[in-house]
Amino acid sequence: MVSPLAAVLMFFLVMPIILIVIVSFWRATEFSIIPAFEFDNYEFLFGSNVTYKVFYNTFKYALITWAFTLVIGFTVAYYLAFHIRSLTWQIALFLLCTIPFWTSNIIRMISWIPFLGRNGIANTTLMSWGVIDEPVEWLLFSDFAVILAFVHLYTLFMVVPIFNTMMRIDKSLIEAARDAGANGAQILWNVIIPLTKPGIMIGTIFVVTLVMGDFITVRFMSGSQSANVGRLISNDIALLQYPSASATAIVLLATVLITIGILLRFVDIRKEL
Amino acid sequence: MEPRPRSFYVLSAFFGLFVLFLYGPTLTIGILSFQGEGGGLTFPMRGVSMYWFYDLFEQQAVGDIWGSFRRSIVLGLMVMVTTVVVSVMGGLAFRKKFAGSGILFYLIITALVIPSILVSLGVGLLFSQSGLNVHWSTSGFGAQLTWTLPFGLLIMFAVFNRFDKSYEEAARDLGATPWQTIRYVVLPIIAPSLIGVALFGFTLSYDEFARTLLTSGSYNTLPLEIYGMTTNVTSPVLYALGTLTTLFSLLIIGAFLALALLSNRRKARAGSDAGKAV
Repeated sequence: MVSPLAAVLMFFLVMPIILIVIVSFWRATEFSIIPAFEFDNYEFLFGSNVTYKVFYNTFKYALITWAFTLVIGFTVAYYLAFHIRSLTWQIALFLLCTIPFWTSNIIRMISWIPFLGRNGIANTTLMSWGVIDEPVEWLLFSDFAVILAFVHLYTLFMVVPIFNTMMRIDKSLIEAARDAGANGAQILWNVIIPLTKPGIMIGTIFVVTLVMGDFITVRFMSGSQSANVGRLISNDIALLQYPSASATAIVLLATVLITIGILLRFVDIRKEL
Repeated sequence: MEPRPRSFYVLSAFFGLFVLFLYGPTLTIGILSFQGEGGGLTFPMRGVSMYWFYDLFEQQAVGDIWGSFRRSIVLGLMVMVTTVVVSVMGGLAFRKKFAGSGILFYLIITALVIPSILVSLGVGLLFSQSGLNVHWSTSGFGAQLTWTLPFGLLIMFAVFNRFDKSYEEAARDLGATPWQTIRYVVLPIIAPSLIGVALFGFTLSYDEFARTLLTSGSYNTLPLEIYGMTTNVTSPVLYALGTLTTLFSLLIIGAFLALALLSNRRKARAGSDAGKAV
């Protein structure tokens, strides 16, 4: 029963990772890659200032995006779970939030151009209000645009798991808290948030890994002006420097897995499905 | 009913803004794709026309849009069918502990969290080093499965966690073979969730970019084609294409949701189908 699954994961996940590990010790010339066993790629990687800057950028994007998606995602899920009273409406509004997930990310990135461009909606509106005198340049092709796009693309990954755990909170617990004299804020802080933690953790895992592994959003939305680890890898690939791309990829994978490992200490995923 | 607290209205406004944030940009390029012939990538509209849509259908200088669209659909269907079949089998298997089930579970989680570029790079290297040609229907197909299968399996895990085992026991007591139990009892019960798995399988494949980047070979899928256009096309034709593919996605999503709704209704109306199975 399970062999097709095992076969797919073996051939398209485990073997590729093993191969990346092997190739990360190889040597590259300008035209080809040569089997070898040397640590040059890693030495170069850890010896370069660019690496640290790029890893710092990656964490920065992940952290800021996480904070925004958490606040927005939690608020939306809370509204759907506790303020919408009919199940039909809950499902309908929930679907409204999830539909963009099934459409193309690239098109959703492109669709920010008319908003953020030099003559875009944001600039013209701000100028007509007199807030600014000339177009702001940093709206498109900047860190701001990158994070905006991340939040736009990935808030769903927070909404869905948090909503899912919230729906399973026994409503009588909230009633009990209210009977015991808790006000709205106390109920939120002492009852709902602790019970929603597993959903928050799963959402966090999704958002953090998606942002850390991204290379296309950063490239597109920063207009190639900023870099994260994913872009470092994809640049090496474009130059056919597979061994050095592999070494960076392995370091990235280790970083992501360690981050997930820490997050998984707080939640048992199998119990939450 | 108790009256709505004031926070309800504040949160409603927040939710409205969130929906606007989600859909606003897409609607904007929808409007801008009807830009007049001399118009550019931003407002103001210089007239309203279908010019850029015609442009999309006529000139093929930018690339092979329709070919890539066809490939994306075929690949999406391949991934969809495989995802449904493999996820159901995996879901059934995971109901019991078996040798290696723990490792396999962590592999599924790994597939979900691994940076997509690693899959792309790794599968690309695997094929090139073993002398195989990368092609969207082989390496691209496999690379996408590492993304769709975890979603399919997580849905199946959730479904089987809520599955009432007494139906199966009843079937067994009545003398059904294991295969009959699955075919006539388990599958009909989980059928509506399979529509969800299929939706994930198709749309995630249809929109996938990163995993196909190094694994699709010389024939592009649609997202790769669109990405290529972003670097060298600076006219609203890009928006026209974006609008068309988004409409296509919405059509697919709508069809799946309607199907799910229909099967739920039918189930509710028909009630028991006892005795009709064999």
